[in-house]
Amino acid sequence: MKQKKLTLDSYREVAPPGALELIYNIAGRLKGRSFLHVNSTRYGGGVAEMLQRLVPMFEELGIKTRWEVMTGSELFYKTTKSFHNALQGEKQTITQEMYEEWKRVNRENADRLDLDADFGVIHDPQPAGFIDVKPKKAKWLWRCHIDISRPERNVWSFLKGYIPRYDGTIFSLPGFAQKLSIPQFLLYPSIDPLSDKNRDLAREEIDAELKKHSIPRSRPMILQVSRFDRFKDPMGVLEAYRMVKKYNDCILVLAGGGATDDPEGFQVLEETRNAASSDGDIFILDLPPDANITINALQRAAAIVIQKSTKEGFGLTVAEAMWKGKPVIGGAVGGITVQIVYGRTGYTVNSIEGCAYRIRYLLSNPSVAAKIGENGRDYTRRNFLITRHLSDYLAMMSIMIKS
Amino acid sequence: MISQNPVPGERRKKTVFDAALKSKEDNMVMISKKIKTFHFTGCIEIKELLGKKADNELQLMEILEDVPEDCIYYHTHSYFLRHFYLAGQYPNDFANWAAIQVRDRVLGEKLGMVTPSADKTFDNIRTELIDIIDKHLSSISIIPAVAYGEPFYFMRSRIIEVPLGVSAGNLKEFTEAMKNVHASAIYNHIFESRLRVRKGKSDFSIWLDEVLGVGGLAEKIERIDCYMYSLEDLRAKIIQLCEEEFRG
Repeated sequence: MKQKKLTLDSYREVAPPGALELIYNIAGRLKGRSFLHVNSTRYGGGVAEMLQRLVPMFEELGIKTRWEVMTGSELFYKTTKSFHNALQGEKQTITQEMYEEWKRVNRENADRLDLDADFGVIHDPQPAGFIDVKPKKAKWLWRCHIDISRPERNVWSFLKGYIPRYDGTIFSLPGFAQKLSIPQFLLYPSIDPLSDKNRDLAREEIDAELKKHSIPRSRPMILQVSRFDRFKDPMGVLEAYRMVKKYNDCILVLAGGGATDDPEGFQVLEETRNAASSDGDIFILDLPPDANITINALQRAAAIVIQKSTKEGFGLTVAEAMWKGKPVIGGAVGGITVQIVYGRTGYTVNSIEGCAYRIRYLLSNPSVAAKIGENGRDYTRRNFLITRHLSDYLAMMSIMIKS
Repeated sequence: MISQNPVPGERRKKTVFDAALKSKEDNMVMISKKIKTFHFTGCIEIKELLGKKADNELQLMEILEDVPEDCIYYHTHSYFLRHFYLAGQYPNDFANWAAIQVRDRVLGEKLGMVTPSADKTFDNIRTELIDIIDKHLSSISIIPAVAYGEPFYFMRSRIIEVPLGVSAGNLKEFTEAMKNVHASAIYNHIFESRLRVRKGKSDFSIWLDEVLGVGGLAEKIERIDCYMYSLEDLRAKIIQLCEEEFRG
């Protein structure tokens, strides 16, 4: 189905009352100003996905917005992958040659790209070195999208040669804050309610997607959508399902990706498949990265959505499920604790038994599950939609430019 | 440490961002008798991390002594701008952390009764919080700490006021506007207003009383214990009171 062109007004029906007026009025102060985003990829990944929607929104509001994408060598990407892992706490070996390549690529791109704007947001560690060429009057923030609550010391020390020279930083969770002399802002990520992954689907579309994967609709579905990654604990979900199955007739769907380009992901997928092989009510789907409508349909068809992570950045699959009015049971880690208000929009759990108990409770109390689902949709509407993200950026831009 | 300065905007420690913040007085809603129209003003909260955290109740108390007043404001007052579910929880971040993350319900209950009001500065609230924690720690032999939960992360607020271009000249228009206005306007005209003007009154009731002359309705709105409701509950409550006023 071809979607019509989205404008800001398209969001009026899904955003909270008055949200568009708030956006239009604060944007009025910024008309004619210019905004720059820099990251390292145009397609794929959460940052690119978010910018694809936010940039046209800023433009529509009369703020000239440019999105520049840096490019680099194979060694540069290998280095930034190691930076990423190190900032998330994994021990990495980074040679002097790798650091030099990072500096060289940053210099080269900074010279090549047009960085002239009143306000800039530089996303993640890849282009962090652009600060060397920041125009004098511009205000720049470094936006870190990854979990740097316990960064590996060497890489963080290296980046600290750059980050404190920004006008501020933006993190996604309070626990990611660092000891820095510049302001550190908190900005939650968001979902786009009108994207293929989240827009309303007709009953026929949902049925067709389920049929494609031979998933029955006759019994309640327990669903987890996640990469096949140990930190997402698919084996824990399987165990919780088995505990529930003694009391409730339900099916389990584990849907995700990441197995094709990640050897560890492939191993986790195989282990999960082997553990599930004797049970015809367990469906394991290894989906391609663009399976947005399939994920949307699964979330809408589910009775309960699980996100039983043992380590998590923000975990926007929780907001996606809540947006579809589903009760969510999530591991009490990272951003899941921000999204789930215990007993109101779902339950955070600390063990497989806790997860199993809450599944049983919700399956046995459908009116409670429905109320929690309704609360979750409302909570997501107010806190995790792209319209809130947009107004936060506008407010931030407004104070930064005036300061 | 005690400050008697009544204007929240002036109580902040100076930072680079203060230059950008208009004084709250400048942005006050015009409610004099000469200007009969009520202009709704919403707000956006920019959240700033202070990079400080507490893993136990003693640390919480020690850090509380030094944090800027904006931080006390964030965790006790603008709390209402962020939280939409109040029942079963306590109305400030300190109480919720003690009760949920530390699992110390006794301290949670005690801190839950700390409520900002027009006659208290944020330094008064800081002192009240510290006194409660200090007394609590003196009565027990171990210092309760986070075992499984999250540390307490200290933050502060930057409130940006945004006129919404929505106005009302009479009670009917006011009631209609209340139905669709952004929830942050309800926060701004009730919670912020009560501290801003230091009269302990909301912009709504001042306007209803002084401009429209419906003092009874204004009084009923003033009597709502706003710290016990979410913004949407408050919206519903005010609309209900306005509609009752129509019906006489």
